[in-house]
Amino acid sequence: MTSSPNRLGALLVYLGVGTLFGILITKGEVISWFRIQEMFRFQGFHMYGIFATALAVAVPSILLIKKGKIRALNGERIVIPPKVMGRGIRYVAGGLLFGVGWALTGACPGPLFALLGAGIPAIGLAIVSAVLGTWSYGMLRSRLPH
Amino acid sequence: MIEFLHRPWPWWVAGPLIGLFVPLLLIIGNRLFGVSANLRHLCAATLPSPTEYLRYDWKARGGWNLAFAAGIVLGGFLAGFVFANPDPIAIATSTQADLSALGIVDFEGLVPADLFAADALFSLRGWIVLGLGGFLVGFGAAWAGGCTSGHGIAGLGDLQLPSLLAIGSFFVGGIAATHLLLPLLF
Repeated sequence: MTSSPNRLGALLVYLGVGTLFGILITKGEVISWFRIQEMFRFQGFHMYGIFATALAVAVPSILLIKKGKIRALNGERIVIPPKVMGRGIRYVAGGLLFGVGWALTGACPGPLFALLGAGIPAIGLAIVSAVLGTWSYGMLRSRLPH
Repeated sequence: MIEFLHRPWPWWVAGPLIGLFVPLLLIIGNRLFGVSANLRHLCAATLPSPTEYLRYDWKARGGWNLAFAAGIVLGGFLAGFVFANPDPIAIATSTQADLSALGIVDFEGLVPADLFAADALFSLRGWIVLGLGGFLVGFGAAWAGGCTSGHGIAGLGDLQLPSLLAIGSFFVGGIAATHLLLPLLF
């Protein structure tokens, strides 16, 4: 990413990869409020099947990348920074709040963006609110336990 | 062919392909899959940033991810608008019954019109579902350091214990809101 044409090219690659991801979560109905309700009520296998098979691919491929000391296309050694457990409060407290928001909107951040594209203008309110939520966390961060 | 493009994909097609995005992004550019970081980048790009957490070079750190998010919007447009599934989503009949009991009558489309129609913006319920719900998604993901993609797929995919704790908490919060909060809204 030294010169600007390269940088633009890289951005176009990520735009394309993101487009494929958006198609996947839309066609896979991960962005459906109905599917998320079915999941939180344990009444259907669809979402659990998605998570299980996604992990069945992600876990071995990450192991393979780590064990094989595989490099990225730009030559960098691939490093995955480990998540710091600390006292773990952030994962429980932040996770609980996130879960409540996920059940209400039926959308986590990826689906928020996909629903906007799918022609649900009201989701714009959820996106703006999510940005404000992240901003509010930033303002309170030093006072919150982690 | 056109009819095929409109059809939804089963979990055993969509799931493994979603999992593929973790190694794909690592190999393309040593990037770790995670969508909620974009909410932070959008803050850094658009809002006053008096704290260090929101003051950084968002173009250098988040440019790739914002392009990825723009792609998600485009993908949602192609798969959810241009090639939208014309049929209601085939959720379990028990879920349909539960939601009908709450007062949801319209099962067409990806999301219930009862909650997501444009006039939802003029109701208290709409502001709780979309405004409060969205706020908690953004606040919670930032506090937890990741969302369903960063913790649920990438973090669990890397066998990270903190991600397991986060995912467990996502579900406890979501199940509680489904059974305790949603009934109050109708």
